[in-house]
Amino acid sequence: MKRAFSHLLAASLLLFSISAPAALRVFACEPEWGALAAELGGPAVSVYTATTGMQDPHLVEARPSLIAQMRKADLVICTGGDLEQGWLPLLFQQGGNNRVQPGGSGYFEAAAFVTLLEVPSRLDRAEGDVHAMGNPHLHLDPRNIALVAAGLAKRLAQVDGANAAQYQARHDDFAKRWTQAMRRWEQQGTPLRGIPIVTQHKSWGYLSHWLGLRETATLEPKPGIPPSSAYLSQVLAELKQKPAKMVIRAAYQDQRPTRWLAERAGIPAVELPFTVGGSDQAKDLFGLFDDTLARLLKADQ
Amino acid sequence: MIKKQFAVIGMAAVLSQPVIAQEETQQGTDGEMRRPWQAQRPAITSSAFNPAASLILYGTYSRFTKNYQEDIHGFAPAGDAHGATREGLSLQGSELILSSNVDDKFYGSLILRLEDGKAEVEEAFFQTLGLPQGLTVKGGRFLSGIGYLNEQHPHFWDFVDIALPYRAMLGGNYGDDGVQLRWVAPAPLFVEFGAEALRGENFPASGAARRGVGARSAFVNLGDDVGLSHSWRAGVARLEADAQGRMFEDHAHNEYSFTGKAPLNVANFVWKWAPLRNPAITNFKFQAEYLQRDESGAYTFGSPAQDVRYGAKQSGWYAQAVYQFMPRWRVGARYDELKGGMPPIELAGTILDPEGHKPQRASVMLDFSNSAFSRLRVQFSHNQTASKDANEVYLQYIMSLGAHGAHKF
Repeated sequence: MKRAFSHLLAASLLLFSISAPAALRVFACEPEWGALAAELGGPAVSVYTATTGMQDPHLVEARPSLIAQMRKADLVICTGGDLEQGWLPLLFQQGGNNRVQPGGSGYFEAAAFVTLLEVPSRLDRAEGDVHAMGNPHLHLDPRNIALVAAGLAKRLAQVDGANAAQYQARHDDFAKRWTQAMRRWEQQGTPLRGIPIVTQHKSWGYLSHWLGLRETATLEPKPGIPPSSAYLSQVLAELKQKPAKMVIRAAYQDQRPTRWLAERAGIPAVELPFTVGGSDQAKDLFGLFDDTLARLLKADQ
Repeated sequence: MIKKQFAVIGMAAVLSQPVIAQEETQQGTDGEMRRPWQAQRPAITSSAFNPAASLILYGTYSRFTKNYQEDIHGFAPAGDAHGATREGLSLQGSELILSSNVDDKFYGSLILRLEDGKAEVEEAFFQTLGLPQGLTVKGGRFLSGIGYLNEQHPHFWDFVDIALPYRAMLGGNYGDDGVQLRWVAPAPLFVEFGAEALRGENFPASGAARRGVGARSAFVNLGDDVGLSHSWRAGVARLEADAQGRMFEDHAHNEYSFTGKAPLNVANFVWKWAPLRNPAITNFKFQAEYLQRDESGAYTFGSPAQDVRYGAKQSGWYAQAVYQFMPRWRVGARYDELKGGMPPIELAGTILDPEGHKPQRASVMLDFSNSAFSRLRVQFSHNQTASKDANEVYLQYIMSLGAHGAHKF
């Protein structure tokens, strides 16, 4: 009996050690960082992505499943810049995981490697849900992805020293492919330089900055406040004076305001993936920018 | 005493952590991660380290049926339940919330409820961030982790008032001075165990029995996602409270005092739906809880005072659903019901005697949120808790100023 028990125990331990992932467990707040971790980590990491491309990263709930994942994580990768302030602090408080608390090596913030745009000069909630540290939607400038990738590769090597060489090699390879891709995208995007566009939410600043798009109006009267029909009419009237080429929105946003405006202003409404998983083509970071450019160029014709 | 011991154990565990990893990271953070935005921003002064502050303002206009009574038949009045029970225009409450990481190992929070002439400490606690193996210790004054609604402050309620079982059996929310230990299991789904030792000063406890550790609780919560659009949480909890001279007064100003045991069991279930996890446009929430208690002890009442042995099994449940049908607009419906037990013959005809009455209430509400920081609500309730049926109409505002508060699932 005793022997049978010890055999059982040994067998289950063996099973556990086989099935337990030896890989570094990465908890990525947004799909773009999950995709980047997969690029740099390869088989050395197992990535859990907390949100999908169809989710508004401002409106995420600290669901029980997220707490369970936070409990097990070895490295948490988030945008930072207060983007996740409505849910991430709760996961840190409730997950009971001392390896990933902010300030330690288990927490990685992309915003720390990038110069944030649109830092508000006036902090007042009458201006809507403004981000005090600047616009946190930084991943839509591929140059930022390159900066964050370099920092993340170093961090992966720090947290998981045994695989440091592998992370370095994968990063070198990624950086090379990324630089080539950026050159291609910038070439493709030349016709987009200077075109006026209307956006739904102030989440496109980095894409515009990179491609030289001119954002002439935003459908949200203030960040985080959905447009009323009166405000949309006002934007429409302004568009009569200063026409724009297209109105863009993220895949997760309400379609109605952009459709309404597009129909009346006679310009295309463009749904962009915004992040990895936001469209069928945006399967990884390369696909995200390929698809974004393809959709913008199509609408510009 | 036990509280102190717990705290000491918690501290020891924190301090015995290996510090090497930490030092490395601080170097890492300070060295390579120089934050570029600091360059473009005005010099950061010491005020940047102030705790996150938020101020919650809420108030109501309420209108009730004539000769409205707030009693619940068969249940001892449980004191202030953040009542929206005052008719007419009134401030329902003002809350000041300060919270921050203390350092890399602790988080702290203070919630003050401000009323005319007094400020009441609703919560004031520290919580560990640095314990290994999924453990968290919380100490100070806090709302007990039993049930689902219990930890929610009034500004987060989906209705103007709290569900009847909470009002009758917990006096609103049960909070007390104490210490809490939680453990999240390393499981594929959310599995959480918790235990608390509390002072036992507040309803349903009273008198800080057992030399100031008059209440104990334990709870288990589970939760997970189902597919891409559904998630749930379910839990059971037990609170064992000792009541020592728990007083209430009836309408004729007769005083009643209860001494005995007040054990309470809670089962709760919450289910949320958001299409592809995106709650921005439409979302739905269903929650239900069942509370059951079995008080036993003695009531002292009347003049000359007499002691009567008292024992009563009582229970209650509520179920509610809230649906956001378009951005900013939500509708909700709630039904709640109580079952009072039979008191001894000496207490027949008092407020503790349900007289065959089954308190119940049905409510509907509609609310509008201009942003994540402001909400306006209208609610209608049909109330059969007292001897006479009543209708209640409420208009309510809830305003959150300052830091962006994160709310639990």
